[in-house]
Amino acid sequence: MPDDTGMPATGSGQRADETGANHVVRSRWLRAFGRFWWDFLIGDTPELFIGAVVVVGAAALLCTVTGARHAAAFVLPALVAGLLSLSVWRASRSRPD
Amino acid sequence: MLLAVTAQGSPVVLVAAVFLASAVEMVEALTIVLAVGVTRGWRSAFEGVAAALAALTALVVVIGPPLVHWVPLSTLRLVVGFLLLVFGLQWLRKAVLRASGLKAKHDEDAIYAEQVAELSEAPPATGRDATAFTVAFKGVFLEGLEVVVVVLTLGTSSHRLGLAALAAAAAVVLVVVVGLVVHRQLSGVPENSMKMGVGLMLVSFGTFWAGEGVHVSWPGSDLAIPVLVAVYGLVAWVLVTMLRRGEQSRMSGRAGVGSSIDA
Repeated sequence: MPDDTGMPATGSGQRADETGANHVVRSRWLRAFGRFWWDFLIGDTPELFIGAVVVVGAAALLCTVTGARHAAAFVLPALVAGLLSLSVWRASRSRPD
Repeated sequence: MLLAVTAQGSPVVLVAAVFLASAVEMVEALTIVLAVGVTRGWRSAFEGVAAALAALTALVVVIGPPLVHWVPLSTLRLVVGFLLLVFGLQWLRKAVLRASGLKAKHDEDAIYAEQVAELSEAPPATGRDATAFTVAFKGVFLEGLEVVVVVLTLGTSSHRLGLAALAAAAAVVLVVVVGLVVHRQLSGVPENSMKMGVGLMLVSFGTFWAGEGVHVSWPGSDLAIPVLVAVYGLVAWVLVTMLRRGEQSRMSGRAGVGSSIDA
């Protein structure tokens, strides 16, 4: 493969080219992988992802710190329902008039 | 449905959730494949579909069993529950907004027409059609990835990966058979209502498994899942009703302003 000067690449130069190409392919693949999971989990509703972390975290705290494992069975669905309502309300408010 | 739930798990709800989710995604994929087949020819379209199905099956086979055997159950349930909760809330939010008229409904006819127009613009191919293969592959693979996530999460957390995979496969076969019989995009399928049902089930499973992962004590154990489906169904119904009323009063307010301006 010719180098920047138009001369054929030497053996070590060719290896460097291949390493560079591999690096580009790997970083492109990693970016696409990251983008897929970003779109999949967060997308245009970051409040649902953050809210789910908070909701599950609150249930975990309730169970481990206070030991209220039965109460958590009612608190967790209530918080999830609140999160859904909040996200729907946010979407309805952001509509153009 | 409640009576069919066993003490060891909820196979009916599990099968229903996986089947409905897979059917919805496959209807969307079928619309793309039909558009490809009609405009570019069937051979490359079918090759794209076969390659995508093989890749999706490989994903389930490669990722599923190690998840079940090597990851501790409580960790698996917490992670899976969290993923299902986020994923299900996204579906349910979209379904509520569509049912209340705040978001345009998913229109397979419009998507089909758009795909046909785009594919017709591409130059015709001689021999194997790379455009047809790529579009069919991407359509089936990307829609199928959501099915894979649902199958893996629901299947591994309930230790019924085989049953979940079978339910998904049954949905794929059903949609393909119906697609071949009617030979057109499945615009008659009540996709938006199905999405509401799937969203409710995914959020319910997500709540249940995430709760199990953090050691919530569910009254009635697995029987809590259908109760959660009912509770979230009620919440979704209240949200849709309130949003519809708000939308109606907004429209009548606008009409009032319009008539007073005219007067």
